[in-house]
Amino acid sequence: MTETATPYIANKRIPPKSAEELRAQIPGWGADLDPADRPSYPQEQPGIETGARWDFPERHPEKWPRERSIEHAFLPPVFGTSTPPTGVSGAIRRYAYKYSEGRAVHWLLLIAADRVDATEHHLKSFATLHPDNPVTETGVVSEFRRGGFPSRFGQKRADVNHQWMDPIIVAGPWVLAAAGLAAAFKALQEHRTA
Amino acid sequence: MRAMVYRGPYKVRVEEKDIPKIEHPNDAIVRVSRGAICGSDLHLYHGMMPDTRVGMTFGHEFVGTVHEVGSSVQNVAVGDRVMVPFNVYCGSCYFCTRGLYSNCHNVNPNATAVGGIYGYSHTCGGYDGGQAEFVRVPFADVGPSKIPDWMDEEDAVLLTDACPTGYFGAQLGDIAEGDTVVVFGAGPVGLFAAKSSWLMGAGRVIVVDHLNYRLEKARSFAHAETYNFVEYDDIVVHLKKETDYLGADVVIDAVGAEADGNFLQHVTASKLKLQGGSPIALNWAIDSVRKGGTVSVVGAYGPIFSAVKFGDAMNKGLTLRMNQCPVKRQWPRLFEHIRNGYLKPSDIVTHRIPLEHIAEGYHMFSAKLDNIIKPLVVAGQS
Repeated sequence: MTETATPYIANKRIPPKSAEELRAQIPGWGADLDPADRPSYPQEQPGIETGARWDFPERHPEKWPRERSIEHAFLPPVFGTSTPPTGVSGAIRRYAYKYSEGRAVHWLLLIAADRVDATEHHLKSFATLHPDNPVTETGVVSEFRRGGFPSRFGQKRADVNHQWMDPIIVAGPWVLAAAGLAAAFKALQEHRTA
Repeated sequence: MRAMVYRGPYKVRVEEKDIPKIEHPNDAIVRVSRGAICGSDLHLYHGMMPDTRVGMTFGHEFVGTVHEVGSSVQNVAVGDRVMVPFNVYCGSCYFCTRGLYSNCHNVNPNATAVGGIYGYSHTCGGYDGGQAEFVRVPFADVGPSKIPDWMDEEDAVLLTDACPTGYFGAQLGDIAEGDTVVVFGAGPVGLFAAKSSWLMGAGRVIVVDHLNYRLEKARSFAHAETYNFVEYDDIVVHLKKETDYLGADVVIDAVGAEADGNFLQHVTASKLKLQGGSPIALNWAIDSVRKGGTVSVVGAYGPIFSAVKFGDAMNKGLTLRMNQCPVKRQWPRLFEHIRNGYLKPSDIVTHRIPLEHIAEGYHMFSAKLDNIIKPLVVAGQS
C-alpha cells in the first residue's frame, strides 16, 4: 500500500526541521519570527514618523504644462523635470494623458510615443557631432570581452531561445528604412529615365 | 557632469549633462559615489515601460555625498554621506503617513497607481536617476539617511532597493515557523528574499531559476535548495512532488516582467510589448503554492494587462500580496541584521562598472554574460 500524501490527510507528513537545528545551520534563523519584529507588519501603520514637517508640501514651480494623469485631482506638488515632451512623440504623449490609467489606449499610445521618440532622436542625432552609434550604444562588444558564447551555450539557459530576436529588434527598423529608401530612390530613377 | 542617457530600446550612452539644480526648497543635490543597475532597469532598457523618454538618466540605486541643499532642508547637510531609497516620497500624504512610502500621492503627476521612483520613466514621475555623477533628490528631509560610519558603502547601495525589497517580499509572505517557501528568481531580489525567509522562520527555502551560476549563489549565499526549471518537464509538478503534493506555504515572485520559461508569454511581453509583463513566474507561483497559501509579488510589472491565471488563484483561496518596497521602513531592522552578521548585502556584487562603460554593463546584464548577478556603477572612472 502506498503512503498517503500530505494534502489528503490532516497534517504535513514530513515535519520541518526543528528550530534548534535550523538556528544552528542558518545565521539569524528566526530573528524575525515574531511579526512584531517585521518592519512592514502590518503594512499600514497610521502615524508613522516620516521626517516631514509640513501638512502639504510647498509647490514645485510648473515651468511647462506638466502632463498628468486625469485621475489626479490636481497637479501634485512635486514632480520630475527630466525630458519634457517635444516633437511628434510629445504630441502623442500629451494626447495619451487625456485618457485615464484604466484605459489601455493610454498606455498603448505612450508606448507608441516611445518608439516615435527614439526614431526622432536617432534622426536628429545624425545632424550632430555625436550621432547614434549602434555598436557602442548597444554595448555589444561585451559579447567578445565578457564571454558571450561560453555564457550561453551548454548552460541550460531558457533565454537563448529568444535572444536571437534582440538584434532584429534593434537593427530591423533601420534595415527596413534603408530598404525603403533604396526602393524609393530606384523608383525615382526609373521614373526619370522613362 | 557625465550621465547615462537612454537612446531607445537596447541603447544607452554616456553624455555630458548639466549638473542638476535645486528646484524645490526641500531638494538636495547628491554627488553619486556608487550606483547600480537593477534588474528592473532592464524593463526600461528593453522598452517595456510606457513613457520612457530618450534622454532620461536611469538609476534608482545610489549612494553619495550631499553636494547642495535647498533652503528648507534640515536633516542632511553638505558633505554628509547619504544613502537614498529608490522611492521618491513626501512623507505627508495619506499613504506616506501610513507607511506606504512607495505609494506616495504627491510626487508622481503621470500616474496615481505608482509613486515616484528615480530614473524609472515618466510613468514613475519623470525623475532623472543616479547612473550619473550628480542627482537631484527631492524631499531630502524624508528619503535619504546618513550612512552609518560602520557601514560599507557597497552594503549601503544594496540597501537602497535590492536588499530591502527581498526582505519586504518575505514579509509579504507572512511566513510562519516551519513554512516551506519557494522563491522564483535567483537574481539579487530573489537571493535576499530567500535569505530573509530564514530570518522569518521558514523551515525550508527553495529557489527556482534557469541560470545555474545564480542557483549556485542561492545555495551558498542563501542556504537554499535550488532547481533549474529547464531540467524539468513541468516545474510546478516537480515542486508539488517536492512538497509531498501539498504545494509551498508561501511563494515569492522575484522575477517580474521578463520571466522566461514560456516562449509565447515571454515574446508577447518582452519583445512585442503586448502584455505589461510576462507572468510566467507569477502563474507558476499561483500553481505551486498550496491552497490557502500566500503569493508575494515583488517582481516589477508594467501597467498594461498581463495574462495571469486569476481563476486558479481564486479557486485556491490564495492571498496575493504585493507592493513596491517602502525602503526606509526596512532600514533600522536591516542595519541590526547586518551588524549581527546575519546579512552581508554586498556579497552578491559581481561587477563594478565604470560609468563610461555603462552600455556594456547594460548589455552584459541583459544578456546575462560573465556570471553577472549584481553590477555596481562607479562614477569618475574610465
